[in-house]
Amino acid sequence: MKGRDLLGIEDLERDEIERILETARHMQEVGRREVKKVPTLRGRTLINLFFESSTRTRTSFEIAGKRLSADVVNFSPSTSSMTKAETILDTAKTLDAMDPDVVVVRHKVAGVPKRIADELSAPVINAGDGAHEHPTQALLDLLTVLEEKGRIDGLTVTIVGDVLHSRVARSNIFGFQKMGAEVRVSAPPTMIPAGIEALGVKVVTGLREALDGADVVMVLRIQKERLEGAYFPSIREYSATFGIDRAKLRFAKDDAIVMHPGPINRGVELSHDLADRRPGVVLDQVRNGVALRMAVLYLFAGRRGEPPKEGRS
Amino acid sequence: MANESPLAESAPTRAGSAPHERVVLDDLGIRRSLVRIAHEIVERNEDLGSLYIVGVPNGGVPLARQLADNLREITGIPVVVGILDTTLYRDDLLGSGERPPLRRTEMPSAVDDRIVILVDDVFSTGRTVRAAMDALIDFGRPRAVQVVALIDRGHRELPIRIDYVGKNIPTSRRERVVVRGREGTLEGPLEVVVLSDGGEER
Repeated sequence: MKGRDLLGIEDLERDEIERILETARHMQEVGRREVKKVPTLRGRTLINLFFESSTRTRTSFEIAGKRLSADVVNFSPSTSSMTKAETILDTAKTLDAMDPDVVVVRHKVAGVPKRIADELSAPVINAGDGAHEHPTQALLDLLTVLEEKGRIDGLTVTIVGDVLHSRVARSNIFGFQKMGAEVRVSAPPTMIPAGIEALGVKVVTGLREALDGADVVMVLRIQKERLEGAYFPSIREYSATFGIDRAKLRFAKDDAIVMHPGPINRGVELSHDLADRRPGVVLDQVRNGVALRMAVLYLFAGRRGEPPKEGRS
Repeated sequence: MANESPLAESAPTRAGSAPHERVVLDDLGIRRSLVRIAHEIVERNEDLGSLYIVGVPNGGVPLARQLADNLREITGIPVVVGILDTTLYRDDLLGSGERPPLRRTEMPSAVDDRIVILVDDVFSTGRTVRAAMDALIDFGRPRAVQVVALIDRGHRELPIRIDYVGKNIPTSRRERVVVRGREGTLEGPLEVVVLSDGGEER
């Protein structure tokens, strides 16, 4: 790993992504054991610094840390002095004085994990910042596809939904392209960020065409409250046009897999029957999330300052 | 390992001048050793049905398979073979540099009440076996654990004993001992080589 922190997939080289995925595949084996714990990070401290609540991601990091024997401390605004108007950077400095070995940061504003990383001597893992990146989600999606398809190179991945507000979409666009897949995005034009073609993706507004030949259909969550009226006329209309159900899935390849970062709005972006399909890819994504985060913690925790130029095992 | 580690300094030297190689055990020698060790295992253990051969990657795995084949031939009883990576149990993991790559772990059946034969290629400080025992115990409670090493090169740092040795090879700490097969893999005929001059200390 070249950098000390994991702030975004955009910063990673393909061989670094491969290293993380390879490590995660070994971590999956730990998760299948009866005693799901190894002593690797014993005596090390992981701080989950979540300015924006996210039970799933926080729990996933917490379990990952505990399976590696780290001491896990959860720190979130409601239980801390953030309500007393302490600034984010003050908080970061205070945490740094507690000598954590790795800090996981989630914030609703893009760039906050980077600012915090600049203040800390411990490595920072971005657990989602605004509409910027959510690298561990993309990495676990890559891991899931690799398991389902046996490869990523040469696949066609169609991302459907609110790409504009989605850090998951951005991280996945970088990740899948770096690993050799073709990425298409499909959504109402109001939910496609201007200039996204510059990232190398193909924008296809017609869903049928976007799904044609797709190996992976990645469905994004629609935030109903925020979007209805402003970005599309009605939920019903969105669902009829872009909601993925069995009928629309026929446009994709026969063996296409459907993914969703969760939580699902059933009957909105994904139909009930696909959400409940067994064996389902969505729960595999959750399971892979723990192994992937174990891999990330193993590779990053405890690293300080500038990384060495040459690794040696 | 970290950049400041004195060990890292040997890397450029190693790349610059070809290290001196000395083959200390060839494929036939390795096979003979593993036949002899299989006989010793049979001699020392009564309940051969409880044997569970566990190889430590990478070098221990082909040796464990070969040893299990030998035991099957001698006793007629099938022997379970497992693979146990010790990396997550190492005591030298957390510097500021790169983490060592993880390797495969595959434990096909429970170790409870089994006689586990741990197989490593080169036994030296005892740290790998210490890590392997910790890993093993996470999989259950073996009745007994015995250790096989193809090469014992000395330099013990922990009070750990070895039960079956292929060959004792006194070495200097500056030398490296590796088991290797065809073209840097562990396939095909194996040999044990001592690398000196520019090799890292271990």
